[in-house]
Amino acid sequence: MSDAWVVVLVVGGVTVLLKAAGPMLLGRRRLHGRARVVVDLLAPAMLAALVAAQTFASGRELVLDARVPGVAAAAFAIWRGAPVIVAMVIAALVTALVRAV
Amino acid sequence: VADEAAAREPRIRDGVLAALPLAPSPILFGLAFGVLAEASGFGAVPSVVMSATTFAGAAQFAAVSVLGAGGTVAAAILAAAFLNARYAAISATVASIFPGGRTRRLVESQAIVDESWALSGRTGRFERRVLIGAAIVFYVLWVASTAIGTVAGGVLANPDELGLDAAFAALFLALVAPYLRTAGSRQAALLAAAVTLVLTPLVPIGLPLVAASAACLVGLRR
Repeated sequence: MSDAWVVVLVVGGVTVLLKAAGPMLLGRRRLHGRARVVVDLLAPAMLAALVAAQTFASGRELVLDARVPGVAAAAFAIWRGAPVIVAMVIAALVTALVRAV
Repeated sequence: VADEAAAREPRIRDGVLAALPLAPSPILFGLAFGVLAEASGFGAVPSVVMSATTFAGAAQFAAVSVLGAGGTVAAAILAAAFLNARYAAISATVASIFPGGRTRRLVESQAIVDESWALSGRTGRFERRVLIGAAIVFYVLWVASTAIGTVAGGVLANPDELGLDAAFAALFLALVAPYLRTAGSRQAALLAAAVTLVLTPLVPIGLPLVAASAACLVGLRR
């Protein structure tokens, strides 16, 4: 089985269980206190790590290449309130432009 | 009084109607996921099956991004699972609206996605039928547009020249941006980014992301 299929099956299964976790295990109780805070911080931590890796990592090296101006342009667009998809297109266009020259 | 209550009880159809104005979002992201997944070598069929079974945008992009960068299967799975860990917390907030036995709750809870959850709580209390109706709309659009995106992605000659790798980064940046308003999330995000950069040259690809997830433990302070 290819790597992609293993990822698809396992992530699919895990996600099904995570979505069912509240209704099946918790019933009417709530998740609170520190457990809740830690779970809430997982998403921003993971997303920020992905930004860093996807912008600066090339294999196991850190590089400053055409992605950096692309992501910087996207960051400006996001800060100015641009929709996500617009920010993605801007990043791709700027990066492609820098690579072309 | 009973009639009035029945008239006010929302239906599946209300969820469908509530979701329609948001339709561009799953369509555009589904297309983007299809294009990026196909262009980074994930394969068209696995991409569509993933949209149909995982049905959670950020985690899908993360898994494809890690594999595309040469990371291990385990790293890709963990990155996606950590991103979806929020569903344990989100599903906990609506745990009490799902009736019936375990199987029914397991099935119906799959309708929980960020957008359907947000719509279902718009009146101040969570409505199960709105959640399910909205999820049906998002699901159909998400899976169909992923399929269309993979076709478009397949005809791209040299995806990296187009800057699609930067588009991934921009997506994750846009998703993390709203979190940066609160101090705790900001600290966790900055620490996670720093850990990723420091570890990248030192450990195998994908592992820095897994280690960076530990940044959520800053929440244990105080």
